[in-house]
Amino acid sequence: MPRYLLSVFGPADPTEFGTYPSREEMLDAFAATGAFNDRLRDEGRLVFADGLEPASTATTVDGQAERPTFTDGPYLETKEHLGGFWVIEAADLDEALALAAEGSRACRGTVEVRPFRTEESVRALTED
Amino acid sequence: MHAAGVEEAITRVHREEWARVVAALARRFADLDVAEEAAAEAFAAAAERWPRDGVPPNPGGWITTTATRKAIDRFRRESQRDARHQAALMIQDDTPAEVLGPVEDDRLRLVFTCCHPALSMEARVALTLRLLGGLTVGEIARAFFVQESTMAQRITRAKAKIAAAHIPYRVPSAADLRERVTGVLAVVYLVFNEGYLAGEGDDAVRVDLTDEAIRLGRLLRSLLPDDGEVTGLLALMLLTDARRAARVSRTGELVTLEEQDRSAWDRALVAEGRALVDERLRVVAAGGERPGRYQLLAAVNVVHTDAPSARDTDWSRVVALYDALLRLDPSPVVRLNRAVALAELDGPLVGLAEVDRLGDVLGGYHALHVARADLLRRLGRSAEARTAYDRAIELTGNPAERAHLARRRDQLVSAGPPTGPR
Repeated sequence: MPRYLLSVFGPADPTEFGTYPSREEMLDAFAATGAFNDRLRDEGRLVFADGLEPASTATTVDGQAERPTFTDGPYLETKEHLGGFWVIEAADLDEALALAAEGSRACRGTVEVRPFRTEESVRALTED
Repeated sequence: MHAAGVEEAITRVHREEWARVVAALARRFADLDVAEEAAAEAFAAAAERWPRDGVPPNPGGWITTTATRKAIDRFRRESQRDARHQAALMIQDDTPAEVLGPVEDDRLRLVFTCCHPALSMEARVALTLRLLGGLTVGEIARAFFVQESTMAQRITRAKAKIAAAHIPYRVPSAADLRERVTGVLAVVYLVFNEGYLAGEGDDAVRVDLTDEAIRLGRLLRSLLPDDGEVTGLLALMLLTDARRAARVSRTGELVTLEEQDRSAWDRALVAEGRALVDERLRVVAAGGERPGRYQLLAAVNVVHTDAPSARDTDWSRVVALYDALLRLDPSPVVRLNRAVALAELDGPLVGLAEVDRLGDVLGGYHALHVARADLLRRLGRSAEARTAYDRAIELTGNPAERAHLARRRDQLVSAGPPTGPR
């Protein structure tokens, strides 16, 4: 079954309540997201899901040279960063979009849906 | 057969069979690229062989068989075949036609895939015209004033997304159908308006696009005969297109509805559109679904085509229909159209007051300034009218409309009090 990455983006500089305006709303969003995750798991669609620490805690690594370099901070300098994500299995994009809409409502953020490569598409890529 | 006869036969079969062939191949091979190319190759083969061998007794069947063979050949040529393609090759016969009604037509699946909401509007229009309409990439590129390579890339990218993101090839579930049909109709109406209100280029009306939109509208109606909005959109396009001949003067100037020679309207199209509106009125009267925006707009057009002259138009009915539309879609553009009709009913001053209330939101919309200019002219407020015409001309891309507006502006009396009631 096709796999999709559902990413949630939020402001680069979170408040003390993460990306939420108040403690109450943060707790509400956590509860709704938890319930949504449970449902995905029960329906056998959940591959993995979790939330990330703020982008300011990221370290960027380049291991292509002889010695790897480490840089404090995220790779992209943008106003919004990946805040969490789901990896799900869905029959097709319609199903994935419907789940993303539910996830978006639960976590109160905009969700980007992106398909993972399949064996088939990798084969098409590596063949000449 | 004469060469002209063969050419005519190919054109007709292309028009009638293209979408069906692409749709059937797309289902069997689960690959839009293959479907499109095999269909194109089959028609190229027909153009080569039919003049020599004659038009086959069942031209549509010939095209389908040839296209299927081309698709299979293409897969055979490719050394590595995946399971999906092998499965497609193993099917000896197409599955028997399902007897679940027109909704199971392969072309309907193709419609919903081409107009999928995960694709950009530009991509939906391009895919619909290519895969359902059978227009060439070059024709679509010229229609939208972009380079052929740009259009080719747009279509390729859309097809790649359909494949990679697993956009399904099926009719949406009943729960989503209404909304998805609305999305499909928006694509068709955009194509129609692009032709009818050509915003770019030298032609006032781009007949290739209006004809294609109507053809798509007819196809949708044959596939979804009970959908009121599908019927409404077809009626709206027919009733609008019926006035095409009267809409542009010999000198290439736009002629407003008020000034049109109503004897030049296409009575056959009017009758066809009117019959569709009547059909929907009967459904609504029998307690069926309330009319949506296209049905209401079609009904507005019936009021116009029913009126022997602009003066005899039933403006109170037009205003009532716009009131109904406002309840569905309280947008400023609908309010503007209502204001124009209201001016005919209650006078230009009342209409102008309504139009001016929309100035903030629609300040960049040429139709607002066209309406203002016309109302100010009728009120004898020439200086203000001139400014409004200037602004309208500035914002209008259509050459025929610019010519019309320039003439109206230049006919304004320099200044002075109203010349009396109209």
